[in-house]
Amino acid sequence: MLEVESLTTRYGSISALRDVGLSVGAGEVVCLIGPNGAGKTTLLSTISGLLNPVSGSIRLENEEITSWSPDRILRSGLALVPEHRRIFGDLTVDENLLVGGVTVASARRLELKEEVISLFPVLGEKLATEAGYLSGGEAQQLAIGRALMSEPKILLMDEPALGLAPVLAEVVFELIDQLRQNGQTLLVVEQNARRILEVADRGYVMRSGNIVISGDSDELISRDDLFETYIGKTDSNHD
Amino acid sequence: MTELIQQIVDGLGRGGIYALIALGIAVIFGVMHLVNFAHGELITVSAYSAYGLFQAGWDWWLIAPAVILIAGMTSVVIEFLAFRWVRGAPDFTMLMTSFGIHFVVQALFVMYVSANFRQFPRPDWIFNTVKIAGISFEVFDVAVIFFTLLTLIATFWILQKTMFGISLRAAAEDFDAARLMGVRSDRIIRGAFALSGLLAGVAAVFWLMRSGQAGPTAGLTPMLKGVLAALIGGLGSLGGAVLGGVTLGLVEVMLISRLPEGLVGLTDGIVFLLIAFLFVFRPQGFISVRRAERV
Ligand SMILES: Nc1ncnc2c1ncn2[C@@H]1O[C@H](COP(=O)(O)OP(=O)(O)OP(=O)(O)O)[C@@H](O)[C@H]1O
Ligand SMILES: [Mg+2]
Repeated sequence: MLEVESLTTRYGSISALRDVGLSVGAGEVVCLIGPNGAGKTTLLSTISGLLNPVSGSIRLENEEITSWSPDRILRSGLALVPEHRRIFGDLTVDENLLVGGVTVASARRLELKEEVISLFPVLGEKLATEAGYLSGGEAQQLAIGRALMSEPKILLMDEPALGLAPVLAEVVFELIDQLRQNGQTLLVVEQNARRILEVADRGYVMRSGNIVISGDSDELISRDDLFETYIGKTDSNHD
Repeated sequence: MTELIQQIVDGLGRGGIYALIALGIAVIFGVMHLVNFAHGELITVSAYSAYGLFQAGWDWWLIAPAVILIAGMTSVVIEFLAFRWVRGAPDFTMLMTSFGIHFVVQALFVMYVSANFRQFPRPDWIFNTVKIAGISFEVFDVAVIFFTLLTLIATFWILQKTMFGISLRAAAEDFDAARLMGVRSDRIIRGAFALSGLLAGVAAVFWLMRSGQAGPTAGLTPMLKGVLAALIGGLGSLGGAVLGGVTLGLVEVMLISRLPEGLVGLTDGIVFLLIAFLFVFRPQGFISVRRAERV
């Protein structure tokens, strides 16, 4: 579904990604873990077209999408739930969802909205509320629901549980599990490595702009050294 | 009392025109972070178009819709020729670009048309008065208020109810997030310039009906009033722009009708002082805008 090869992205003269490779198969849930500043957000931003890489290639269903604009990449079936959610605070919940479905036909858009609401009943109760007034947990549901409105073939999520109380973070992990059971292909960045590895099929560990380890979740979970060396002990909840 | 009501209607008529100009400026500021000092050129172009169409024997009833369309198209063309190249550039670069367009358009008219103002006839009904509930009003003010309201309702309907409008507001808040949802920046920016141009066109029709002349600097005063109104309202806030325009119009009329004969010329100066005073207490204008930082 998604193949990334030797991707390098710079901010000015600083390389935030160096020769990064990664792949996600159809129906797979893959996680990307690593400490602050590892380059996880940079990688997702480059894949979704917000940043242009200096070299390397990104393919979505065997189509070369490197350096396409974000809206074109979205139309090809890749959506991103960005870091810090970035929901439109001045727009209502309803309008946020509609913008999420801007690329689909209007009849389908309304169907999708119903589907998202049945997945997140809270959003249904707050359709007319300005999204800026939602609680953290509600806003996160909106961010994910909004991304699902485009019916993505693959959904990227950048720290969906960031800043949420443990109970609410748990809701997000359960949701990821549910999406996976629905057959949704997912690439999830998460700092709570142990918890996301329980849900994911495979994982990549990133550090200083490189992928340092990759493997099946079971295998990664059993490697205690991984947590000590690469991720530190911050794999509990953070904010 | 009668006099006060008359003044309010007069002020609303004036303010309505400012509101339309300010709203166009706010729409562009929202999506581009650009204070478009070239916005007045739309009115200059409208003025020459009206003049030209008069020469060709057209009547105001046809000139009005034509001018609105021409202003809308001119706005899109200016975006295509100039602003497209500086998209995403630092705000200051875009500001300089808008000044550049302002001077280039002015120079083109001076070189190829004339440096002098050209007169054209005003509609004969604009100084007529009507009596409503025993109070007489200028037909012109009533017409301006009516059409401004109509235009504002249509504009806010577009912004609230159509996918274009919702996407535009999303892009104004966080352009990159909107692009991640599939919103096409080209379409939104072009659409914003078209909308802003059409609004300027409606304002131009009324402005020109009153002034009855076209000159290279015809757009300068309306542009300045529009920018002021947008600033008072809170730059980027669409509702604020309308509020700012109406307030500016009302304040001007109240000052003009109250200042002693010899001091009426100071109206603009006093308005500036009042605005400076407002900004001391509310630097963000009436309505402050929430906005994600651009990445
Ligand atoms: N806009 C930017 N300009 C310059 N450097 C940046 C920019 N954004 C990120 N960086 C740098 O690039 C590196 C990778 O940052 P990135 O945000 O991708 O890390 P991350 O793994 O997502 O971290 P976190 O877990 O904190 O979200 C960091 O060293 C960061 O300081
Ligand atoms: Mg990050």
